[in-house]
Amino acid sequence: MQEASHFTPQQLFRKQAAGESLHPDGEDAVHRHVLTVLVENTIGALNRVANLFSQRGFNLESVTVGEARDPSQSRLTLVTTGNDRIIGQVLKQLHGLIDTLEVDDVTHEDHVERELCLVKIRCNSEERASILAVVDIFRANVVNITPDSLTFEVTGPTAKVNAFIGLLKDYDLSEVARSGRVAMRRRLAFEH
Amino acid sequence: MAAPTLPTGAEILIRSMEAEGVEIVFGHPGGAVIAIYDEMHRINPSFEHVLVRHEQGGTHAAEGYAKATGKVGTVLVTSGPGATNCVTGIADAYMDSIPIVVFTGQVPTKMIGNDAFQECDTIGVTRSITKHSFLVRDVRDLAATVKKAYYIARTGRPGPVVVDLPKDILAARAPFRYPDSITIPGYSTVGKGNSGQVKKAAEMIQQAERPLFYVGGGTIISGGAEKLTSIARRANIPVTTTLHGLGSFPENDPLSVGMLGMHGTWYANQAVQNTDLLIAVGARFDDRVTGKIEAWAPHAKIIHIDIDPACISKNVPVDCPILGDVSLVLDQLDSLVEENDHPEWLAQIDAWRQECPLDFERDGALRPQEIIRAIRDRTEGEAVVVTDVGQNQMWGAQFYSYVNPRSHITSGGLGTMGFSLPAAMGAAFGLRGTGRDVVSINGDGGVMMNIQELGVAAAHGLPLKVVILNNSFLGMVRQWQELFHDERYSHTHLEPTNPDFVALAKAFGCEGLYCDDPEDIEKTLDAAWAVTDRPVVMEFKVITEEKVFPMVPAGAATDDMITAVFSPEDCA
Repeated sequence: MQEASHFTPQQLFRKQAAGESLHPDGEDAVHRHVLTVLVENTIGALNRVANLFSQRGFNLESVTVGEARDPSQSRLTLVTTGNDRIIGQVLKQLHGLIDTLEVDDVTHEDHVERELCLVKIRCNSEERASILAVVDIFRANVVNITPDSLTFEVTGPTAKVNAFIGLLKDYDLSEVARSGRVAMRRRLAFEH
Repeated sequence: MAAPTLPTGAEILIRSMEAEGVEIVFGHPGGAVIAIYDEMHRINPSFEHVLVRHEQGGTHAAEGYAKATGKVGTVLVTSGPGATNCVTGIADAYMDSIPIVVFTGQVPTKMIGNDAFQECDTIGVTRSITKHSFLVRDVRDLAATVKKAYYIARTGRPGPVVVDLPKDILAARAPFRYPDSITIPGYSTVGKGNSGQVKKAAEMIQQAERPLFYVGGGTIISGGAEKLTSIARRANIPVTTTLHGLGSFPENDPLSVGMLGMHGTWYANQAVQNTDLLIAVGARFDDRVTGKIEAWAPHAKIIHIDIDPACISKNVPVDCPILGDVSLVLDQLDSLVEENDHPEWLAQIDAWRQECPLDFERDGALRPQEIIRAIRDRTEGEAVVVTDVGQNQMWGAQFYSYVNPRSHITSGGLGTMGFSLPAAMGAAFGLRGTGRDVVSINGDGGVMMNIQELGVAAAHGLPLKVVILNNSFLGMVRQWQELFHDERYSHTHLEPTNPDFVALAKAFGCEGLYCDDPEDIEKTLDAAWAVTDRPVVMEFKVITEEKVFPMVPAGAATDDMITAVFSPEDCA
């Protein structure tokens, strides 16, 4: 492999612009990005977005989708990973889809992020109290209770959901359902 | 019966195509589209329908028509196998940015998803190889959908659009009105480039000591070839073109260094490796151009003019991106780039040209290059040359010396064998009455993949010139096997399965000619060009061992180009 000193100034520029490391053993600058996408609410639109990721070999960690303010449109929140060059390609390719109305990378913008998670725990009446003490700290709600189980709902940033699930690992965790992230800029577009 | 006089979906489709100005449709009927063919029979529409013998041939014909004329090609096929047979052609059009609209039949709306007879999820299958696709679910949307399909195919970076038509939609009735305009909220096309960027580019061009134009097919698609030529000549900037860029700059101009990349000229690649400013115009930095990308154009700042934002900085980060329609951006540049000269740089390029020219050996054996040169002389460079894929494609690119835009058609991105014959047929339909020769150049491998269209070309009396460079092998694969796989010619020998091409041509109603001696090339061409009412197939039995040189092995650095083996001492 070539050392950094063997590159011409142009090659160094290109490597840096592509977000590639100059040293073969260096860390590849891969980051997690949260994108929000507004698409026409048609049958094929979600399909096209999901397909784009497999077609182009991009990573897709999570997708959430639902009606936007205007019911003729759907809003997607995508979580993807890659270096700057790949994320740039993801954004451009998403823009290139005919059904896509808006694409926004909110990762480095001031934004709020939430994820909803349902958790079902197998437990008897003796364990119940200690479990409820834990979930209280996370402001999780009990959404169902049976003689042998408890089901909670917790909402928050992904880190909080991770921590919540992590703490419940000590108990008999029978089912976890996560919604994936939804995200939104904090301010209106004209405020910044 | 509320309104029995309302037209059916099938009629609306035909009327919409007429309103769109469609001249020719390449199609093949089947159960799901029988209603359209029935209406066609009744209406006798303003466009011509050509019955192809395989749907793949139909899509390639539409591509050839689109490439030769600059208009949108149209294909009409049935559901299921009709649609899947089009997949290769659609993928080809997608890779090479060719505007075609493919109408596919579909089972009735209610049966979609039930594994009905000849059902296929056409939209799903073609999703990643189309610019866009539509499934029409309401006959009232049909006319607007046709308009959108042609608009999307034609504008921006062109590409294939699929319109899937369920059988019940074709039978349903609705009032017909072809919309004057349509809105597609998520779709916009770019026009002029950012003037600040253009100014910056002009300054970079002014300051560069060793500038080089790297010109791709986008220049021809946007109609910018003339402006490019004028800028290059005014500022004395040498020009190299990609495979699809051939014809955007006259190759007989002293500023032309020919094609670059894997099988480009040695001097074009030397120019790339030494230039200090690469001006990429409507090109996409394909791996067959760059080879090992880290070692490519190591001293160059790069200006990239392209219509597709996703193409800019995709493979190579650039110093000065200009997003816009190439033709309009060149217009802007034209007024800013001043007269200039680079005598040392041009002298250096000339020295490289002398050092390792593009040439071939003349020892009495029949070589493909000599045939291409002879065709070039015969047609005075004015023919439309449609090449297949492989060695014939590279020789066709290297030795014809293109001078006009839209005179070179090939399957570049996808590399589809079997492309040339049907695409040449489509081009010949588009160019009827212009007097331009259409020459299809094939190998003995690729020509068999869509040979059935020979009958269609014959039936329509197209004076196609079909050249078969028969070396009894899948030549390009053989070349790689010889050079990189210790001459293990695994399954590339075609002689046992090759037909008698002359007899085959005659069986299809074409003229068939055979030549195996360089002395007879002229005589064969004389005989071929004397035929004007049907296709002529010329089988040239060329030597098997001839290889395409120079060559950058796949994935290698451009500096490691292999030059012709017959004169190694002449080349570095």
